[in-house]
Amino acid sequence: MRFMLLFSRQGKLRLQKWYTATAERDKKKMVRELMQIVLARKPKMCSFLEWRDLKIVYKRYASLYFCCAIEEQDNELITLEVIHRFVELLDKYFGSVCELDIIFNFEKAYFILDEFLMGGEIQDTSKKSVLKAIEQADLLQEEDESPRSVLEEMGLA
Amino acid sequence: MPAPIRLRELIRTIRTARTQAEEREMIQKECAAIRSSFREEDNTYRCRNVAKLLYMHMLGYPAHFGQLECLKLIASQKFTDKRIGYLGAMLLLDERQDVHLLMTNCIKNDLNHSTQYVQGLALCTLGCMGSSEMCRDLAGEVEKLLKTSNSYLRKKAALCAVHVIRKVPELMEMFLPATKNLLSEKNHGVLHTSVVLLTEMCERSPDMLAHFRKLVPQLVRILKNLIMSGYSPEHDVSGISDPFLQVRILRLLRILGKSDDDSSEAMNDILAQVATNTETSKNVGNAILYETVLTIMDIKSESGLRVLAINILGRFLLNNDKNIRYVALTSLLKTVQTDHNAVQRHRSTIVDCLKDLDVSIKRRAMELSFALVNGNNIRGMMKELLYFLDSCDPEFKADCASGVFLAAEKYAPSKRWHIDTIMRVLTTAGSYVRDDSVPNLIQLITNSVEMHAYTVQRLYKALLDDISQQPLVQVASWCIGEYGDLLVSGQCEEEEPIQVTEDEVLDVLEGLLVSNLSTPVTRGYALTAIMKLSTRFSSVNRIKKVVSIYGSSIDVELQQRAVEYNALFKKYDHMRPALLERMPIMEKTATNGPTEIVQTNGETEPSVVESKHPPPVTQPTNQVTLISQSFNYLLLLTLCLGIPPMTAYNKNGLKIDFTFERANPNPNIAVITIHASNSTEADMTDFVFQAAVPKTFQLQLLSPSSNVVPALNQGTVTQVIRVLNPQKQQLRMRIKLTYTLKGSAVQDLAEVNNFPPQSWQ
Repeated sequence: MRFMLLFSRQGKLRLQKWYTATAERDKKKMVRELMQIVLARKPKMCSFLEWRDLKIVYKRYASLYFCCAIEEQDNELITLEVIHRFVELLDKYFGSVCELDIIFNFEKAYFILDEFLMGGEIQDTSKKSVLKAIEQADLLQEEDESPRSVLEEMGLA
Repeated sequence: MPAPIRLRELIRTIRTARTQAEEREMIQKECAAIRSSFREEDNTYRCRNVAKLLYMHMLGYPAHFGQLECLKLIASQKFTDKRIGYLGAMLLLDERQDVHLLMTNCIKNDLNHSTQYVQGLALCTLGCMGSSEMCRDLAGEVEKLLKTSNSYLRKKAALCAVHVIRKVPELMEMFLPATKNLLSEKNHGVLHTSVVLLTEMCERSPDMLAHFRKLVPQLVRILKNLIMSGYSPEHDVSGISDPFLQVRILRLLRILGKSDDDSSEAMNDILAQVATNTETSKNVGNAILYETVLTIMDIKSESGLRVLAINILGRFLLNNDKNIRYVALTSLLKTVQTDHNAVQRHRSTIVDCLKDLDVSIKRRAMELSFALVNGNNIRGMMKELLYFLDSCDPEFKADCASGVFLAAEKYAPSKRWHIDTIMRVLTTAGSYVRDDSVPNLIQLITNSVEMHAYTVQRLYKALLDDISQQPLVQVASWCIGEYGDLLVSGQCEEEEPIQVTEDEVLDVLEGLLVSNLSTPVTRGYALTAIMKLSTRFSSVNRIKKVVSIYGSSIDVELQQRAVEYNALFKKYDHMRPALLERMPIMEKTATNGPTEIVQTNGETEPSVVESKHPPPVTQPTNQVTLISQSFNYLLLLTLCLGIPPMTAYNKNGLKIDFTFERANPNPNIAVITIHASNSTEADMTDFVFQAAVPKTFQLQLLSPSSNVVPALNQGTVTQVIRVLNPQKQQLRMRIKLTYTLKGSAVQDLAEVNNFPPQSWQ
């Protein structure tokens, strides 16, 4: 996978993950172009299209478009499953995820994505495993934020 | 200074902005606050500030001033800081910035951190955006982690290694030892990422590929377990066990089995098993089948398996899910050359896909349909394709029209059918037809001698309906010019001949000349057609009038033609019939032949000689051969100019004729055009003509038309010589000829003394 984009029906970018080194200016141009193309697609059309030298796989979940750019030799149908798995992870984590969750907690959405994919490839095919890792990391973060209270609890502060 | 506002607070505030300007103002204000906070080197709120910056960056605002702050966060001991810091690095930094390299040390430390989640962050960042230098520096650490027993780290290290190898392929070797036991892992995460790593290595190095072939049995076993094992909740997707891993293994098997008989044989059974046992009701099952088909087609599978694969694709074509139909068409397009017969069996389904609503599916169905056309199905297929041409979007029309022409040319069952098909394309998609099809069609029509009457009649009727489609109009004009006599005399056998008078035909052609819809090229065709009819129709006076009117046309091309045709009426009327007679059968030239004889004359003023070519001058060099074939050029020149041509040299199959012109203001300059022709069986290549004159003369030799004199008088090389003869002395010349014939170089000198007196007096 070269990159993944999440954007709303109004063309607002909610998440962008690039797996190849690309200049900022080029990224902006590609995002704009792709959003235009995908948003123009009618509901009956298939989820795949060719764009430049890449294959684009996109799927709409409620108000969000999940859009992946894959290479010539990649399997489009399994990419749809990858997108679906990511949505399931978000859903489990946020509890019935909606666009607002991703807007207000974008950094968490990134953390989940980075636990699921690396360099465009799946790290772990087990939903449970990925969610557990996120959970543990979140705990670490909490410990960071309230060390004093822990010490206080132990009566050492 | 009050505490900087929280991230969520900022997001909420920005979302209340009602205009772009309002949003921009809020952002600027917050950025200023963040900048001063950064300046204060505040550790407590750095994380919060960078997070806000990342949000604003996603909205499209510049955030480069936060780059160094990300590095500081990464260096912090707090996990929260590191998390945001690494995220910021991945979003704001890339290889192009030098700042990027400063991360290397931090990442190195974090790769060795005591907490696996910190190690994970470092691996992830390196694996997503590490530059070549960073990869080089840190490859050793990654390799170490690849050998750890901690599966959480091992799986990440594997993908990180993939990135390192992509960036620095030479480092691939160092990961080889660590790959030893990767496939013995039970953990699916490690298995999946290991297969990805192995795939990357095999794709990049033939040596690695050969080395890893021995893993085929193990891969087959793992795949088998996945299929046969019972329900595993952790990896289940709609009843299929770990489809992601299955697909990756199938892909690796594809690479390992390609061009290798043994490996291919070893995987035959499992492929058949996957192909037959996979549940196809959901997308996930079809995804696995799709990958299986790709693998079967790429390795050296036995024919039974290949037929099975194509049948799977055939079933895909009938699937309700258009995504499935799409991948089926794409795959069939790839295999149609190698497994043509198997794909033919699904022809009718493919043709049905022409009616699909989705543009991508339609395009693939069209391409595939053309690939499937053959002598047996041409009539049926063409019917469908022409119907498609009628109703398809404009973006398809040009390609479809070209495809129809090509197919018709290859497989036309009869000339009549061929002409009818072309007519259909010209009338329904006439404006989308490519420019080069016009000369091709003209050639086809010329060569279908028995169909001339029928063709001209149909084209004439088409013109009556519609003159907007230029390619149609051009072909029709040309035909009417050539075969107008057949049209008027009602000689059509194929269908009911129409009654049309000469005046009606001329009305139509004149209509083209004045119509706003006609392009300049079309007007040229029309004028020439009218001219040709002067030898086929009796209403010559009318034609003369039209031609003379256009002698003052604003369009230079049209004006030139009209003037020259006018001259043909006035001064050279005796030549008119010969010049305008029916075109002979044309041979198709493969590539650009010798450049038009016309263009080799150094003359810039239009000479009468140049224009005597009935077919349109603007056509590509296809037309050259017919020009040289269609009439005796030299005869023409003799009659035109009064100075007889002469043969200057005639030896060993090479004949050089001189023709003369005096079409310029200076009477002391004789313009001689040499015409070199070759009657031997082989071409004369590297042909060079040189000339020398006595001292009292001056000579200028312009560039030749070509340096290849074609064999068997199939063409001539021409070159212009200008001789200044101020003393009006008798012209004499010494010529030197060099050329290569059948591999040997030939050279000859000769004296030319037989110049006609008119050439120098």
